[in-house]
Amino acid sequence: MNASPPDWPDRLFDVLKRADIRQVGYVPDAGHARLIARCRADAGIRDVSLTTEEEGVALAAGAWLGGQRAALLMQSSGVGNCVNMLSLMRSCRLPMVTFITMRGEWEEFNPWQVPMGSIVEPVMKLCDADVLRATKPEDVEGLAERAVQQAFGEERVVAVLLSQQLIGKKVWVK
Amino acid sequence: MTGTLERRAAMATLLEGRDDDLLVVPGLGSTTYDLAAAGDNDRNFYLWGAMGGAAMIGLGLALAQPDRRVAVITGDGEMLMGMGALATIGIQQPRNLAVIVFDNGVYGETGGQPSHTGGGVDMGAVARGCRFGTCLEVTDEAGLADLAGRLKTLQSLLFARVAIYPEEPPRVLPEKEGAVLKRRFRAALGLTP
Repeated sequence: MNASPPDWPDRLFDVLKRADIRQVGYVPDAGHARLIARCRADAGIRDVSLTTEEEGVALAAGAWLGGQRAALLMQSSGVGNCVNMLSLMRSCRLPMVTFITMRGEWEEFNPWQVPMGSIVEPVMKLCDADVLRATKPEDVEGLAERAVQQAFGEERVVAVLLSQQLIGKKVWVK
Repeated sequence: MTGTLERRAAMATLLEGRDDDLLVVPGLGSTTYDLAAAGDNDRNFYLWGAMGGAAMIGLGLALAQPDRRVAVITGDGEMLMGMGALATIGIQQPRNLAVIVFDNGVYGETGGQPSHTGGGVDMGAVARGCRFGTCLEVTDEAGLADLAGRLKTLQSLLFARVAIYPEEPPRVLPEKEGAVLKRRFRAALGLTP
């Protein structure tokens, strides 16, 4: 595996900046740790730590009503927490881009991650979101660019799934 | 526990003489009808669903519009469903956000089943614990007038529990089409549709 940390989180951060994303909601997540740190350190981005992911959906709705773009960073298990709140986005055609780090699909140690991880894609589609998936580091930036344009140009919810391959194995016994 | 304030009159008092820089997000159900009854306004974002989301919509809006004031006016049941939002908002400390809970201790929309506040859960204490610097217990006309005045010059994060009594006044139903509500709200703020 790579000796240096992967740089796709930095590429993702660049996309957020170029797209003028001003509010980033997140529930702390190891896969997003680098991106969260970049957002927290940036004066032009308001980072909003959430108690549950659905708060981030409502946050994005309010941001757009007030003229700002928002993103939601979460782990696959958080998708289940968002389902009813996503009806707000569909009913009002409100935009949001969300980057979802996947668990339960690649060298997973914790079987409890599998039930939600395995249904993220159909669940998001049932909620009327567009779903893109990145499996290679070099694909992340291009897919994220497309997701952002689709979300805010078409006023849609667009999810980019970041495959567990990108994140690597969680070390359970240190 | 049950209050003595009448919900429609309370809403009217809070919004009397409102200016264009006050943006209002009610919760689904009764507070949406109360807000519509107080007079339709493009700067109202009525909710017909998204239970538990009103306070967080208010936060996103307050952060995006720091020069305007945002009042979330919701019911006790709606606030209970999204109680974590109070902690999230307390960390953000937006200076231009007020979260106001019309508390009658019951779920009026669904047949008057008791809510947790009706059973003694103290929402004001929750808000205080979540770092809301100003937490008001509004139980009479004087308290309402005080809160209405604060909404006109909001300068720091505020929570208020308004003690209303359970009743179901005739429903006043506002626009239901979400995309229309969004478009007119953004247009009123001078944003491109």
